[in-house]
Amino acid sequence: MMDKPWSNRAWFLVIPVLVVVLFSSLLPMMTVVNYSVQDTMGQNSFFWNGVGWFQNLLDPTSDMGGRFASALVRNLIFSLVVLMIELPLGIAVAICIPRHGWKVGATLVLIALPLLIPWTVVGTIWEIFARQDIGLFGAALNGIGIHYNDTEDATSAWATIVIMDVWHWTGMIALLSYAGLKAIPDAFYQAARIDGASRWSVFRNIELPKLQKVLVIAVLLRFMESFMIYTEPSVVTGGGPGEATSFLSLDLVKIALGQVDLGNAAAMSIVYYLITLTICWIFFTVMTQLDQRKGV
Amino acid sequence: MRFQGRNIGIVVYLIILFMPIYWLVNMSFKTNFEITSRLSFWPHQFTLVNYAHIFLSPVWRGGFIHSLTYVFLNTIISVTLALPAAYAFSRYRFIGDKHLFFWLLSNLMAPPAVFAMPFFNLYYSVGLFDTVWAVALAHCLFNVPLAVWILEGFISGIPREIDETAALDGYSFPRFFLKIFLPLIANGIGVAAFFCFMFSWVEQLLSSTLTTINAKPVVSVMTQIYSAAGEDWGLLAAAGVLTMIPGAIVIWFVRNHIAKGFALGACPGNQLRCRWAAAILGEA
Repeated sequence: MMDKPWSNRAWFLVIPVLVVVLFSSLLPMMTVVNYSVQDTMGQNSFFWNGVGWFQNLLDPTSDMGGRFASALVRNLIFSLVVLMIELPLGIAVAICIPRHGWKVGATLVLIALPLLIPWTVVGTIWEIFARQDIGLFGAALNGIGIHYNDTEDATSAWATIVIMDVWHWTGMIALLSYAGLKAIPDAFYQAARIDGASRWSVFRNIELPKLQKVLVIAVLLRFMESFMIYTEPSVVTGGGPGEATSFLSLDLVKIALGQVDLGNAAAMSIVYYLITLTICWIFFTVMTQLDQRKGV
Repeated sequence: MRFQGRNIGIVVYLIILFMPIYWLVNMSFKTNFEITSRLSFWPHQFTLVNYAHIFLSPVWRGGFIHSLTYVFLNTIISVTLALPAAYAFSRYRFIGDKHLFFWLLSNLMAPPAVFAMPFFNLYYSVGLFDTVWAVALAHCLFNVPLAVWILEGFISGIPREIDETAALDGYSFPRFFLKIFLPLIANGIGVAAFFCFMFSWVEQLLSSTLTTINAKPVVSVMTQIYSAAGEDWGLLAAAGVLTMIPGAIVIWFVRNHIAKGFALGACPGNQLRCRWAAAILGEA
């Protein structure tokens, strides 16, 4: 909207939000910054440590740095893998969603249901489902002769976490893509039918280009969410076996709340936050440029 | 033919989707003896003992009450605060508006793990630790920006002429906002409240970090059952099933809004609406 009037009095309307978000975001962030440049001998006595924690963290040859680097790589691989599965699957599901009648509402509600299950419970569901003794999934896999044990075998643990994430979040991409598909006028399909276009070329030439914008948002949100994943793996594998599924958030919580290693945890928090923020900003820029190129 | 293929596709997807959930429900009606002794697709010794345990235990009941209380508080706080801000973003340009908006959204992208430790210190020092208020306020971190984003889209869908006409008719701004404007964006408020409810309800890390006894949420009760009771699978399953119910109820209430939300995104010409629909659906 180009014709919005200028009025700095509008700031007054934003102040309540600003106060609350400052309290719950900036204030805690300052605590983190504070910890990240100090060291402690206990008993609440802190002394200046400069960029020591950061140097340590960003140096992959040190203990902490190696741990951080491997968690980061692990997390990036995880995000990429789930995106590569969820994106095509979500689009395929969206194409299958009925377009008319009562079935639309029912299908949408069912598809959205996993999104409203508390994340701990999502973890519990899959922890139980994947067990070899009492879970259908684990028992079935072992029954057909596949060695599967999500608490002892790293591959199984990874597979469980990935399948769980796909189960949990594909619905979101499907809902988004469905919204994009609904936006395509019937005339496009009619024209394609007259031209005798194949189903694939309809998808490739009509549907996919129209989905572009929603897909950028879907990728952004899925990437962020999977990059911050904590609760589900912490319930299912607890980051194990060993460090196999110890993603960034899991590792951070372990350091901050488990070992109460404030300096390292704070430095890691800041770097972690900056990485997410940078990626978010890149996506945001790409999105707005797509908007502008398309015009109003 | 193609239509049939689609139907089969969606049915297969839904069956796979509900298999783990069915397994949980199935297990919640079994005794622990049956769970550990054999795999069965339905309970052979049907029992309600797991549910009875939850309903009779003050810890479990308390867990559900605490969770619902902070979710409710958070939803009200987030939507109330976000309304005027969303109006400002939608109607006016002001110094730093774009930066402020991006900064708000960036909070949506903040890993809760980053905030767990400082939140503990912060709420401890202001004396709110282990109260439902601590969790309700902590969840504002992502729910307030989200509500602003959603409401901004809805408000931009209302023509500005309405504001101007009301001003000409002698309505003061607060009266106009409450009497005329709020009813117009009732759907938007409903959708925003839905998403605030959802994100507060599913979150676990912050809510369990900020509470110990007096405001312990149901998800913490669940995680403690692991360590305490060892292998009480039936109880855990029953608790899991119960936590799905509020979400299912809420989603049933907004099902028409959600469908309508999809349809509103259907106008490629209207960027704001598309962005709004995408935002909502994206967060779904």
